[in-house]
Amino acid sequence: MPIRPTSTSPAAATATVSQRAVNAFSALLESRTGQQISAYRSWRIDTALKPLMRARGLDTLDQLAAALLETGDRCLSDQIVDALLNGETSFFREAPVFDLIVEAVAALEARQRRVRIWCAGCSTGQEPLSLAMLFAERAEERGAPMPDIVATDVSEAALARTRAGRYTQFEIQRGLPIRRMMRWFDAVGNDWAAKHELLRAMTVRSHNLAADAPLPGMFDIVLCRNVLLYLDPQTKTEVFARFAAALRPGGLLVLGAGETVIGQTDAFAPSRDLRGLYERVDGATVAAATAAG
Amino acid sequence: MKTCLVVDDSKVIRKVARHILETLDFSVTEACDGREALDACMAAAPDVILLDWNMPVMSGMDFLRALRDSNIPTRPKVVFCTTENGMAYIRAAIEAGADEYVMKPFDRDTLESKLQIVGMA
Repeated sequence: MPIRPTSTSPAAATATVSQRAVNAFSALLESRTGQQISAYRSWRIDTALKPLMRARGLDTLDQLAAALLETGDRCLSDQIVDALLNGETSFFREAPVFDLIVEAVAALEARQRRVRIWCAGCSTGQEPLSLAMLFAERAEERGAPMPDIVATDVSEAALARTRAGRYTQFEIQRGLPIRRMMRWFDAVGNDWAAKHELLRAMTVRSHNLAADAPLPGMFDIVLCRNVLLYLDPQTKTEVFARFAAALRPGGLLVLGAGETVIGQTDAFAPSRDLRGLYERVDGATVAAATAAG
Repeated sequence: MKTCLVVDDSKVIRKVARHILETLDFSVTEACDGREALDACMAAAPDVILLDWNMPVMSGMDFLRALRDSNIPTRPKVVFCTTENGMAYIRAAIEAGADEYVMKPFDRDTLESKLQIVGMA
């Protein structure tokens, strides 16, 4: 989950954010998640943290930073990290990617294998639920097996929302075709809640890409889209090594449309068959991954 | 350039929708009820219709049924855009031939997303 985008202008925000406060929030975010607040995005801190300031009855970010530094309040630091992480996501984001994943899963199943998929940095759950819908529909239509879908994120708040599978009217309408909404969601007040059969199709776990060992067991596909761009080059290389360790040889890595492995790791190479996806290179080193765990 | 007919009795909604659609490179025309919309479609069917439900003269649902029963040579995509957000309304609209459904209030992301889903953006 990257840094939350806002509409506040830099000029408006810099007046209210001292460098001390920016440093405190940046250090907290980086220590917890490995993500960095680069200078050009630091002005966004103001808007991202405003709701938390209001909830705590504080007037300025300096007061919030002071509360963080002086009290060491774990709950407060968790809330600050959650607020700074960008939960930007939507159902079927970059839709053609999902066709490629279905194609890849079908090819793996032809080898009589139960497929395992890891959604790393799943934010509020729209990505793993999109996969769950696709494969549940395939199961209904053709009796095809459901892959294991494991969804992880560093934010407990995001994971709670993923487990609940409950979305606002604005969230449910982004990327989700209406027929799928009718099939897989129920109206709950003004929100829309995923049916239990859909939620049961995925396992939700806490996982910090920058610090934790790879998930146990071997995966066939890892999706990590629009997350790694917020990590420094060294951390990114380590995360690629962890993904390589978590994937079977020939396993697939799915990145965001603007992301690549080229020049950042030798563990992956562009897939020859599935354009835009990356394959774990045979014999890729996983030493860094196991050491980091 | 794709064409979109915005059908809504609210001038404000038509203005907001027009603004969003024009930023998405649509050529936009407007109608303030189902009858006007049907006349417009008979004259020149748009690629997509953004359709309110509750309107005077002819409702969105009556318009949709008439449109789908008509002999217009093309089949415009119809995206309902309404405050009728209950599942029964949504189901009725889809069964009557709507292609997508936007629940008001909406924003640019919602509208763009729905137009992408029907292959129009």
